[in-house]
Amino acid sequence: MSKITEAFKNKKLFIAYLMAGDPALEKTAEYILTLQNAGAGLIEIGIPFSDPIAEGEVIQGANIRALSNSIKLNDIFDMLVQIKDKITVPLVFMTYINPLFVYGYDKFFAMCEICGISGVIVPDLPFEEQDEIKSIMKKYGIDIITLVSPTSSKERTKNIAENAQGFIYLVSSMGVTGVRSNITTNIKSIVAEIKKNTDIPVAVGFGVSKPAQVAEFSKYADGVIVGSAIVRIIEEFGENAAKPLSEYVKNMVKALS
Amino acid sequence: MKKGRYGDFGGQYVPETLMKALDELEQAYNNYKNDESFQNELKDLLANYAARPSLLYFAKNITEDLGGAKIYLKREDLNHTGSHKINNVLGQVLLAKKMGKTRVIAETGAGQHGVAAATAAALFGMECEIFMGKEDTRRQALNVYRMKLLGAKVNAVTSGTQTLKDAVSETMREWTKRIDDTHYVLGSVMGPHPFPEIVRDFQSVISKEAREQIIKAEGKLPDAVIACVGGGSNAIGAFYNFINDKSVRLIGCEAAGKGVDTPENAATIANGSLGIFHGMKSYFCQNSEGQIAPVYSISAGLDYPGIGPEHAHLHKTGRAEYVPVTDKEAVEAFDYLSKKEGIIPAIESAHAVAHAKKIAGKMSKDSVIIICLSGRGDKDVAAIARYSGENIDE
Repeated sequence: MSKITEAFKNKKLFIAYLMAGDPALEKTAEYILTLQNAGAGLIEIGIPFSDPIAEGEVIQGANIRALSNSIKLNDIFDMLVQIKDKITVPLVFMTYINPLFVYGYDKFFAMCEICGISGVIVPDLPFEEQDEIKSIMKKYGIDIITLVSPTSSKERTKNIAENAQGFIYLVSSMGVTGVRSNITTNIKSIVAEIKKNTDIPVAVGFGVSKPAQVAEFSKYADGVIVGSAIVRIIEEFGENAAKPLSEYVKNMVKALS
Repeated sequence: MKKGRYGDFGGQYVPETLMKALDELEQAYNNYKNDESFQNELKDLLANYAARPSLLYFAKNITEDLGGAKIYLKREDLNHTGSHKINNVLGQVLLAKKMGKTRVIAETGAGQHGVAAATAAALFGMECEIFMGKEDTRRQALNVYRMKLLGAKVNAVTSGTQTLKDAVSETMREWTKRIDDTHYVLGSVMGPHPFPEIVRDFQSVISKEAREQIIKAEGKLPDAVIACVGGGSNAIGAFYNFINDKSVRLIGCEAAGKGVDTPENAATIANGSLGIFHGMKSYFCQNSEGQIAPVYSISAGLDYPGIGPEHAHLHKTGRAEYVPVTDKEAVEAFDYLSKKEGIIPAIESAHAVAHAKKIAGKMSKDSVIIICLSGRGDKDVAAIARYSGENIDE
């Protein structure tokens, strides 16, 4: 069982996303530990990309801030190596395929293994195109996290579920990332559809920001993912975000069913 | 398993949310592309609404002036709405209508694709929203107003470089919000499969006509076909039916802006490298970290950091040549064609004219060049005036 799947064993996870290099890489290192200490069970680290087509305004802004700090992949790897010994939860990268492609897949996943990264989420790499990286990732024991959306057909969902690794990222609603006050998708039935085909855990993301949503979704799913709301706290408090981040995450973790 | 490949290029690199829409589109297109009544409806629209076939005009004055190859202009500028964009848009909007969609969205750079999309939406009674980089709404204010007159909502995109690249990203984002009733009328031979194929097929009418017209006029095939390339829709349209005619040189002209050795250009083949972006594997202007570069051209329509995957394949296999043309050369060609032939070309098309100027004189008098004149230059008049240091009221 992969380190990611293992983490879901017998418990529901609160999954936190933050962008590497926003507001600065030393702060990212600190905030990863803050999120972990506040109870996040898995942490997604964004690698900034110039044109993040699956992101709403909040995370787009984080991409721009990180790139304006000239963040490079090797800097992110260096930062992760430095905190590696203090990390107890699985870490996954979330980024677009081009930075990985240009860096070189083999070199990239070799570095992931060295840094203690357990998986990657690549929103612009749908199931059909995963051959691009899947065999290379296997060599380094890194999971590819596949997304399922409310528009995924039953047949696609089945294919994705049967080939899933780590966990399945269920996109809660149409559109891009960003806080939504109301999510109307029938999460329960999609999770049930996925569970028919796999034992791999399912986590729900996109639009989640409030404890009530965490309480609701974690009734059916194995985890709940929050990105934009966390990035917004970092955007607002900058270098002083540790305390509000910690408080926010503790509240969200408490709400897990 | 991998769909829509041109050699190493192409593919479907998009968020999961869009896969349903792409699958639906592919199925619908496969159904209608061989459907006689659909094709007849489209033919009728092209003939009676868009004014096809477009003329293949023998440019006698510039032929004499350059003193070499006979130069013909494929006059896509004479189409309704003033560019080749209408060919693709009529096809796609008709397809969207058949699919039961009620709303279309589109990106636009110079505004020609936006105007064409707004036109077709008006014709078919569909809701229309256009995404255009804020910088481009300023450069092409006339076209923005034209779209509004046609009933479209124009959204100025403020992310990134506020140009075509960001308009494409924003239209993709918008599409993920509403795929059930909305079709994304992609404007070039780029993006995820099946768009490069659909747009190419709808644009291939250019070379289908040109091939027949030149054989009728000259009794032989041309020696060269020249077209400007941003994403590459008019170029693939102009090349497509000549690809198997190995004696015909296919030449794409990319925007070299202030020069390929400066940071301000959009010459993807000259300066780009292999990457994956906007749904496709192709060549892109990017840095060593895989970040897409902010590109530049005087022409908003060529100001795109990538090139369609079929062009990437034609380049890699050596079937087509891609050459950079600077702003300065394009502006000179714009002026040249206007004064010599009384035809004001789009600044995009002027890139192709500029290259013809370079090579025609070196070719023999019995050789033939076809230039795809992809659009007319009305929209560029104010920009050209600004470039020449003159301020005119639009």
